[in-house]
Amino acid sequence: MSAAEPDATLGEPIIEVDSLVRHFGKQTVLNGVSFKVHAGDTFVIMGGSGCGKSTLLRHLIGTEKPTSGSIKIFGQEITGMKADALQKLRGRYGMLFQSGALLQSLTVAENVALPLVEHTPLDAGLIDTVVKMKLEQVGLTGHGHKKPSEISGGMKKRAALARALALDPPLVFSDEPTAGLDPIMTAVVDELTQRLTQKIGATVVVVTHDMNSVFRIGTRIIMLGTGANQGRIIAQGTPEEIRADPDPAVQQFINGDPDGDGVDDTGELLYRDMLLRKL
Amino acid sequence: MEAFRQYLALCGSLLFWLFVAPFRGKPWRIGHTFAQIVRIGVHAVPMSALTALTIGVVLAMQSAAQLAKLGATVYVPGLVSSSLIRELAPLVTAVIVIGRSGSSVTAELGTMKVSEEIEALEVMAIPPMSYLIIPRFLAMVIMMPLLAVFSIYVGLAGGWLISHYSLHMSTAFYVTHALQYVELRDVGIGLLKSGVFGVLIVTIACSIGLNVSGGAEGVGLATTRSVVVSLLSVFVANALLTALFFF
Ligand SMILES: Nc1ncnc2c1ncn2[C@@H]1O[C@H](COP(=O)(O)OP(=O)(O)OP(=O)(O)O)[C@@H](O)[C@H]1O
Ligand SMILES: [Mg+2]
Repeated sequence: MSAAEPDATLGEPIIEVDSLVRHFGKQTVLNGVSFKVHAGDTFVIMGGSGCGKSTLLRHLIGTEKPTSGSIKIFGQEITGMKADALQKLRGRYGMLFQSGALLQSLTVAENVALPLVEHTPLDAGLIDTVVKMKLEQVGLTGHGHKKPSEISGGMKKRAALARALALDPPLVFSDEPTAGLDPIMTAVVDELTQRLTQKIGATVVVVTHDMNSVFRIGTRIIMLGTGANQGRIIAQGTPEEIRADPDPAVQQFINGDPDGDGVDDTGELLYRDMLLRKL
Repeated sequence: MEAFRQYLALCGSLLFWLFVAPFRGKPWRIGHTFAQIVRIGVHAVPMSALTALTIGVVLAMQSAAQLAKLGATVYVPGLVSSSLIRELAPLVTAVIVIGRSGSSVTAELGTMKVSEEIEALEVMAIPPMSYLIIPRFLAMVIMMPLLAVFSIYVGLAGGWLISHYSLHMSTAFYVTHALQYVELRDVGIGLLKSGVFGVLIVTIACSIGLNVSGGAEGVGLATTRSVVVSLLSVFVANALLTALFFF
């Protein structure tokens, strides 16, 4: 954790987050989060439901502003950045939202084509070919003409991934890309993610719950805590380091234990006592 | 008050995207605007027509009933045309457009907001102002006066039905008397009013839609609020504008 000297195996830092704090009303969702993502990393953010993973991603893409702290993307500070500059920067990364966030008024193919139409001078025929290729990569060949309301949840996820990758951005954020997918599609999407970093040299930040995915694709991992550790990083390192982490909350999460320090059951016992006394 | 601040913020950035951005290589989206013109304007035509026709008929009948007592039914065409042009056509068109198009703009933008589509546009570096708001604004500002003019014609036709078949006026008589009492200035005021109503309706609908929170329930509440606020603003604006030109 205290690796002060630069590691020779790491690329240049693409994302640098320092002491990020975010309050929603009284709730502290992010509480002093600091980490770096280096070029070529597949950086995995994991943690329990509601621990602030999506919120963290929203800060990284600049749609939420932190209460305090600093976020640098490609070396540029994005907190307090002007709309113009932020928009330029956004041309260099893609984002897959947890809900997909496809435009309901457009077909799947038009959704994937949208970034190409907006940001490239390609003609319609060329765009069409690129869209077909992207849809093929996520196993959606032949579904391009459908509206998002006419495809399944897992298909929406994959269509949204195709859209996020349409411009082959050097940085990709992906919020639970494999949630709701069958094991085969999970493997397909994981392989696609790996190909991004290995073949295109992109950097990927993935939020996921799926432990198979975490260890299959992750090169660096952070885990956000819940309960008393809400909004703090409770473990970070390579997959091997995370597997060997002595923290019981981490081990419980990796192994999927329902009982353990990660789950606070004193409340439940209290309510049981109250019920028994009323009988 | 928070809502009012959001409204002012929207109007500010609307001005930027209308008048500054086109000179910085971000032109208006003509294709999107046409699509909205069809949705906001053209699809409102049948309903505007039916409403305007009934209003014209009712105006003619009511004025004929009163004027008959004075033996002055010759004034029916003038009354129908001047009330349609100065007041009723812009106002009734606005009410219909609020119910049909303002509400749907709020509901659509609100749904896009809660399903993260607006955020997704931002992240794709496609400004929602340019992609969503400007086309709706232009469509509304173009279509409101056109719909009002159309309503005037249809309403006049309604008045003609009564004047011709019940009061036995010739068509030529009806038309000359209907035009006798209106000046170009009245038409100008009517069009100005409907333009102002259009701006009010679309900015209110967009501002409320873009600031929806709280899922499907939030969208429903916002749509109601958009209709109520638009109606009130339009009625108040109508009174103010009439007063302005009355004195
Ligand atoms: N706009 C908001 N206003 C208030 N609270 C919010 C807002 N967005 C998120 N939160 C709170 O922040 C916490 C973290 O939410 P977030 O969506 O980041 O969780 P998550 O880690 O992505 O969970 P999941 O794995 O279920 O997607 C939650 O407790 C949520 O209630
Ligand atoms: Mg989430």
